[in-house]
Amino acid sequence: MRLHYPTNVKIAKIPCTGRVDNLLILKAFESGVDGVYLAGCLEGECHFLEGNLRARKRVEYVKSLLDEVGLGGARLEMYNMSSAQGQRFAEVAREMTEKIRALGPSPVRKKVKG
Amino acid sequence: MKTKSNIERILESGEFVVTSECGPPRGADPEVIRRKGALLKEVVDGVNVTDNQTSVVRMSSFASSIILKEMGFDPILQMVCRDRNRIAIQSDILGAAALGINNILCLSGDHQKFGDHPKAKNVFDMDSIQLINTVKMMRDNGRFVGGEEVNGRPRLFIGAAANPFADPFEIRAARLAKKVKAGVEFIQTQCIYNVKKFEQWMEMVRVRGLHEKCAILAGVTPFKSVGMARYMKNQVPGMDIPDEMIERLGGMPKEKQSEEGIKICLETIQRLREIPGVRGIHIMAIEWEEKVAEIAKAAGLLPRPQLT
Amino acid sequence: MIVGNRKSFEEILEMIKPYRRVLLLGCNECVTVCAVGGEREVGVLASELRLWSAKEGQELEIREHTIERQCDHEYIDQIRSFVDEYEVILSMACGAGVQYVAEQYRTRIVLPAINTTFLGVTLEQGVWSERCQGCGTCILDKTGGICPIARCAKSLLNGPCGGASNGKCEVDKETDCGWQLIVDRLKELGQLDQYEEIIPIKDWSTSRDGGPRKRVREDSRL
Repeated sequence: MRLHYPTNVKIAKIPCTGRVDNLLILKAFESGVDGVYLAGCLEGECHFLEGNLRARKRVEYVKSLLDEVGLGGARLEMYNMSSAQGQRFAEVAREMTEKIRALGPSPVRKKVKG
Repeated sequence: MKTKSNIERILESGEFVVTSECGPPRGADPEVIRRKGALLKEVVDGVNVTDNQTSVVRMSSFASSIILKEMGFDPILQMVCRDRNRIAIQSDILGAAALGINNILCLSGDHQKFGDHPKAKNVFDMDSIQLINTVKMMRDNGRFVGGEEVNGRPRLFIGAAANPFADPFEIRAARLAKKVKAGVEFIQTQCIYNVKKFEQWMEMVRVRGLHEKCAILAGVTPFKSVGMARYMKNQVPGMDIPDEMIERLGGMPKEKQSEEGIKICLETIQRLREIPGVRGIHIMAIEWEEKVAEIAKAAGLLPRPQLT
Repeated sequence: MIVGNRKSFEEILEMIKPYRRVLLLGCNECVTVCAVGGEREVGVLASELRLWSAKEGQELEIREHTIERQCDHEYIDQIRSFVDEYEVILSMACGAGVQYVAEQYRTRIVLPAINTTFLGVTLEQGVWSERCQGCGTCILDKTGGICPIARCAKSLLNGPCGGASNGKCEVDKETDCGWQLIVDRLKELGQLDQYEEIIPIKDWSTSRDGGPRKRVREDSRL
């Protein structure tokens, strides 16, 4: 389809969003990213039954942690889309990029000691 | 007679008993008690004095009872297990008896969550059944819970509450049997609206012969409005209010609802008096004490036997 | 197991504010099982603290370490070689663990990161429920295996109170009435006659009311 989406989105491939652990998301923020979003399968269509539903719950929880530490939960989102929805993928990438750009760079960018 | 209780005396004479209650104020003004007391003069045989009811801090039941005693009433000291351990409870029992209080109503007490101090630590060193037994042992055996001898036994007529409607229903009579076994002599029930269910409970009580071992005073509370009825049905734990009653009140124009509430109350009293084993009526007119005299009179419960 | 809740991030920050070098100490026992103070939770709290310090430009060094049990000094000994490098130990163990770590390192400040709540069981993944209050005199033989001390809001030994409605406690409509559970179980066991027995006033001296408790088993002492 040769769709274009913003180049600032870096993709981390995982077998299922159900694999995403709270700490994994936090570590991404520690590495200095400005925002994180999970692109899971459509609800009800998880190959592992409810991996995407679990991911959504974890996203909600980590949002609350990001609020606590002052980064703001808005830097993290969960989206659902099927592998056939290329248009939707590009659209979400643009949407999230705009949203994060509006929030500005992460205040912890490159400052976390490894 | 085991005590100088007016209620005990009237019950022994085989007559019907009428009691009501007086909620102490949230302050130190004794006039509030005197005003409420004046409304009950010559209307009742005994007045319950609530003990920080719904866990809201009020003038102590003990002090308020003394004020009513001075007015010529025979107060029924309510005592809950929520706020005192066995040391304080037994000490208050002795003090109350020393000051001429003749009746005690033994209660577990509402949970403090409902009151104005939900962060309080509760005690519940004993429960209502154990409290009944504590008073009984002090009075009849002259022994404290700890086993030591009581010098000067507290002559208190022992009462307790029963909720015929709380769950699980099947053990409700068994629970009353435990109270009787512990030594209770009179019972005041939760407000009765569902007379049919109360009759079932009384049937269970009579099958066990409990009505012969303790006097059952049936509780009633008049509705002021349909709003109050709905609130009690939905918000007050352990209440059983039939939908027909709410519809009946709701069907009346607002200004007629309190009148209808009194009417329902009078009808309930008439039905309760016909139930075998019911020995008296306990009228709880919540923040509506001025209506007790009217209800007692209209129900044909007046005049009351003279206090001796 | 012993169950707890993590303190709020704000409360934790308030405690560690004066310090720059923090040893965040997890425990592999109960608090791991109830997902509040094991290695994973240590990781999450450490990450939160690092994000916060980076955002605030606040210097804060966090070392994550989880030991087998904070209630056994043999395990607490394992951090002896590096504990002095940190100003403060932020313990994610239960109250017993926090105190025992403090006893072993008398010159270190030890702070609690969790509020210890109860002795309970796992109802399902992510849900824990209280079962025991450690009163020191078990009466489960008389109450159908359900504890009225722990499961009745008023700890009534001869319940239920008049507030029980539809099998639920007056304190919370989501909570089962402990005495309803007892009656149901006694009935299932064909032991409802036990309900008729009055349980006498309890001896609370075996509970915390008798003062701090200790157990000694002579034959297993060294």
